This record gives sequence, C-alpha cells and structure tokens, in this order.
Amino acid sequence: MLLGPEEWAVVRLTLLVGGTAVAAMLPIAFAFAWLLARGRFPGRVLLDAIVHLPLVVPPVVTGWVLLLAFGPDGPLGRVLAAFGIELLFRWTGAAVAAAVMALPLAVRAMRLSIEAVDRRLEGAARTLGAGPWRVFATVTLPLSLPGVLAGAVLGFARAVGEFGATITFVSSVPGQTETLPLAIYAALQRPGGEAMAWRLAAVSVALSLAALILSEWLARLAGRGARVL
Amino acid sequence: MSFDVAVQRLRGEVKVGVAFQSGPGITVLFGPSGVGKTSVLDMVAGLLRPDRGHVRVGGETLFDERAAIDVPPERRGAGYVFQEPRLFPHRRVRANLLYGARDAGDLERTATLLDIVHLLDRWPRSLSGGEAKRVAIGRALLSRPRFLLLDEPLVSLDADRAGEVVRAVERCRDELDLPILLVTHDPVEAERLGNRIVRL
Repeated sequence: MLLGPEEWAVVRLTLLVGGTAVAAMLPIAFAFAWLLARGRFPGRVLLDAIVHLPLVVPPVVTGWVLLLAFGPDGPLGRVLAAFGIELLFRWTGAAVAAAVMALPLAVRAMRLSIEAVDRRLEGAARTLGAGPWRVFATVTLPLSLPGVLAGAVLGFARAVGEFGATITFVSSVPGQTETLPLAIYAALQRPGGEAMAWRLAAVSVALSLAALILSEWLARLAGRGARVL
Repeated sequence: MSFDVAVQRLRGEVKVGVAFQSGPGITVLFGPSGVGKTSVLDMVAGLLRPDRGHVRVGGETLFDERAAIDVPPERRGAGYVFQEPRLFPHRRVRANLLYGARDAGDLERTATLLDIVHLLDRWPRSLSGGEAKRVAIGRALLSRPRFLLLDEPLVSLDADRAGEVVRAVERCRDELDLPILLVTHDPVEAERLGNRIVRL
C-alpha cells in the first residue's frame, strides 16, 4: 500500500504521540495498578472508580476537563507555563490526551497481572535475605511483566485511536495534533478525500490489530507465569 | 537454648498459640492439620506477625512485642523450607539455588549432598515433587541460615527420597550444628527425628 508524504507524516505523528503517551503513562499506570492490587486504604474503591472514569465518560468531557486544567488559565496550565511548557495545539498536548484515555486500560491489565503474582514466592524471597526492593525487582516485577507489557500495548492501541478528547483539548492542527483518527475525519469532510481516508483507515486497523494480537499473546504468557526476559 | 518461642495470634476466629523452649538439635512441632503449625513457623521466620509474645533463636531476640522488636524476615537468617517448594518459576534451578547464596562456591557441594546436580539447568515446572523439595532445601541451605524451619519436609517424597532428606537434615543438625524446627503431622516422623517434641 502506497502512502503519500502527507499521509506518512500523519502516521509518523500518530506513532510519536502514541509512543510518548504510553511512555509517560506507564509508570503512573503501574503505580495505580500496584495501589489498587496491593493497597489497603480507605478510598480505594473511589480511586478505582476515578482511574476508570476516562473509560466511560464521553471523551469530549475528558477533553474539556483537560482544557480547563491545562489551558492558559487552568491551574496545571499556569504551572507548566512557568516552565515555558505549552500544551495547547501541540503534539505534546495530544500525547497528554491520549495518555489519559489509555490509562484505565493499562491499569486494568497491570492490576490483574500484579494480583496474579503468588505472594508466597515473595515471602520465600524475604526469608532468603532479599529486602522489599530486591523482592520487587527479582520476583514481583518479572512475574507480572507480561501483563504490564500487555497493558502498555493495549494502552498504545487506545492512544493511537484517540479522537474525542484530543480534538476537544488540542484541536486538529495538521503536523501537530492531527493524528490518524483526526486525519481520517478531516479527509472524509473534504470532497474527494475518500481515497485518503481508506488508506489511513487501513493503517489504523492494521496498527490496532497488531497491538491486540500482541497484547493477547503477552497476557497468555502472564497467565502461564512464563519468563519473557 | 536454641529456640525460645512464645507466640499468640488470632487467625480469624481461631487462636493460634504455643510456648516452648528447646535445646540444640531438632525440635518437632507435632499436631493434626489445621492447628496452626505452619503459622508458628511463619511467625518464627517473620512472615507473620504475632499479636503478642516473643521469638528468640540462639539467644538472639527476633521478635518481642513488649520491647517493640521485630527483625524483618530478610535479616533473621531463617532457612525456611516450605511445605510446597515455592521455587521461583521464572528462574532455572541453578538461579533458584543461588538466589540467597552467600557464596556461589557452596553450590556444587550442596547440590551433590542433595543429589540435584543433574537438575541445575532445568526449569522448576519440569521437576517432580521430590526433586523440587530437594532443590528448596538446597536453596535454604545455601543462604547460610542460622537455623532451619522445615514444614512437613517428607510429604510428597517416596520412601527412598524421604530417607535421603532425613539423612540430609540430620547432617545439617550434626555437621553444621544448626538448630532445626520441624513441623509434622506424622507421629512416626516426630519420634524418629525429634530431640524434643512440642505438641500443638
């Protein structure tokens, strides 16, 4: 399938936004997954619900909330502005929107894999002289790693498909925030843009399919407790 | 004094409690299933916190509720062989054995002692019950423990293997001079191994 230079630019931007979103979201998602899997504290159910909100709230609402928070007058926007960081109409803003939308899916997959780790193995490691950090690095993390990676891949698939929150938060700026879904939508609005929409849609479907197959495979590895690294 | 243990803990509605002192050699905790023998081992190892009481081994206080002493499990020096082997599934036998090892040079001697040299490059999931048990004992010994905790060490072993494990345990007692706390529900095993028997 041959893409024009303009279309390649869209694909590259989408991968950049999706990749950045996943990289930024991964440690946060893991921390949430860990808290929800292992933590015993008041408000855990509420935290669980809040983390999952972007999955069920209309994406346009999520985008609007991001706009309020990160806009020029928003609390987070002012903090970032002090450091000279501007998110609106930038690809970094698109990555933030994608990360927020991808977070719940990643947390779900990671949490399941952390819960599946046999805690008796951690106890055994402690008696063998390993402190909590070494137990985490040598037992818990390797055993939950396939699920963590599955969560990352699933999050990536969600991130590259993000539309509603992105267009509300950072608008659709070609070369900055116009990722695959936004470009497909724009092409459909243009007379004669259908051929381009077809090509971009095909890329989009192929990306999602590959990500789903990869994450399913990783999840199965996790179920078997197999070694991935 | 090898073991000086007096612990109590509520487990759900059931109270688990035991108090004993014992000299060198093998102390056997004997009693039917479900009375909390494993919980006592967990409390000595530091994996379970007693509600009250104390745990002293070889004169060293590992836990004392009143003195607010609670040494974390990684610093207690327990060589704990669990009832189910609890081998790390993502590490080969060799890496399992070396996980807590102070000196990798001990590997060959210990592996020979337990007849597991031919298993070193295998994955734990490919081992039989008896093989896994011997690897677990080796892993505990290689951490150079100050004392041994053995939870039903002969369960799931055939007679030959059980004999070998018994000899290995007795060698630990005699040659390494390690105090051993052993849990069993089998009266014959208790009589055969125990220098002192504590009934729960």
